[in-house]
Amino acid sequence: MPSKKEVEQPTAPADDDASMTEAPAAEEVQEEEANPVLLAFEEQRIRILPGSTDTAASFEFKKEDHTLGNALRYIIMKNPDVEFCGYSIPHPSEEVMNIRIQTYEGTTAIEALDKGFDDLMDLCDIVADKFTAAREDFASRQMDED
Amino acid sequence: MAAHPLRLKNPSPAEQEARKIVGVNAETVTNVSSTDFPHHYPGEDHAWDKNKFQESFQVQFHHNKPFDASFSLIGIDASVANAFRRILLAEIPTLAIEYVFVNNNTSVIQDEVLAARLGLVPLKGGKEGLLSFLKWFKKPEEDAPAEEQFSKAYDYNTIALSLKIECTRNENAAPGEKDPHKLYHNAYVYAKDIQFKPFGRQLKYFSDDDAIMPTNPDILIAKLRPGQCIDVDMHAIKGVGSDHAKYSPVATASYRLLPTITITKPILGKDAEKFARCFPRGVIGLETVTKEEAAQIGSGYEGHEGEKKAVVRDPMKDTVSREVLRHEEFNGKVKLGRVRDHFIFSVESLGQWDSDEMFLEAVKVLKVKCEGLKKNLADMTR
Repeated sequence: MPSKKEVEQPTAPADDDASMTEAPAAEEVQEEEANPVLLAFEEQRIRILPGSTDTAASFEFKKEDHTLGNALRYIIMKNPDVEFCGYSIPHPSEEVMNIRIQTYEGTTAIEALDKGFDDLMDLCDIVADKFTAAREDFASRQMDED
Repeated sequence: MAAHPLRLKNPSPAEQEARKIVGVNAETVTNVSSTDFPHHYPGEDHAWDKNKFQESFQVQFHHNKPFDASFSLIGIDASVANAFRRILLAEIPTLAIEYVFVNNNTSVIQDEVLAARLGLVPLKGGKEGLLSFLKWFKKPEEDAPAEEQFSKAYDYNTIALSLKIECTRNENAAPGEKDPHKLYHNAYVYAKDIQFKPFGRQLKYFSDDDAIMPTNPDILIAKLRPGQCIDVDMHAIKGVGSDHAKYSPVATASYRLLPTITITKPILGKDAEKFARCFPRGVIGLETVTKEEAAQIGSGYEGHEGEKKAVVRDPMKDTVSREVLRHEEFNGKVKLGRVRDHFIFSVESLGQWDSDEMFLEAVKVLKVKCEGLKKNLADMTR
């Protein structure tokens, strides 16, 4: 939503738009820094909360919510070396999500979290492959019917 | 793995099926949470195994149109299915009007209301241009000087649009005419009145049919009367739905669980017809009891040869209204439920993405999220 300042800003003639130009090619790369999907590549978003030990740690994720929290909780709970995993959003008006991981001896909470990311990425690959295959199959069956 | 028992048990297929069913009863819903975790059932292995998932996970398409796709994801947990749904709503980038420069507005709609309405108009355009050519516009700092605010607005991150319209009296209107459409020119401002102002390389990506324009030309933006005018320039940029609903690429993206109907004791004759009427059309079918069935002792069909019996035809069409549970005569004869890991997705795109492509993009977004955070974790512990 434009703020008042932006609304009032240029009361320039209509042909002002034409002054926007083609950008130098080098600028194009940096523009992706505004892409929220790639945010994690720009800034550090995870931190370990105080009071954590090797096998029992809480992680704070900035700018994450139930979308990642619940999916990650599920996949970490699927790890037999994990004794407990849960997530919470401490306050609804703060963009912060916490994950608690407690493991059995022999692994660490950090390793369990890392494995969680790997497993979730494998899951995404399989979902995408199967979805694409099913779509092609469906399209060819539709063609046969027509 | 210390906590692993030496020998693993496997539940029977019947038990596996039963565990998947959420019970929908007259006044309760039972067996809601998934239990497929290690250590939940003693001696059973439920560890994540991508090969097992590869084998068991299925996708079935029901229909696939650019503006409306429906498909089932079978064998996936609610937490992940819900992540995909949430990403579809809030995290897939689309183009929408973000900045409105009001040169003149003498209509009864206030500037800020007009700007909010313009922002909510869904736009469409050439797919290649929208998805690969168009990049992100980095918003200027709030306190940046006015002349620097849009110094980074280039052809690859900003779409310029304008709306310039004035209402006038129609001199040729019949005397006594009441309809504002005929009495005035431009009494109604529609989305189709928004003009696209391409510049730079945009001409290559957004020309003719691929031009940036409102998906629905007949959205009413404002009403005018003679002498009133609206003259605004607009910048449309890329954004995500979590920032503002106008960036959401879908009208809706939702899922429901596949209903199950289990007839546990035969329902015959007039009862069968009433039973069928308790469900939407096509869910329950009527068949004739065969000689063989009637001959089977203990089947409940003895002596009913030739009568109608109720059979489940297509539970997918059911709405799980539970109407059937209100009638005495079906007590103990039917069980309603839902399959906990069968998600029937419905994705309705607004036009910038094809619905099926958008789901794939959602899967990609979740993966990229994991990649980035995995890197964050590695950086943190290094």
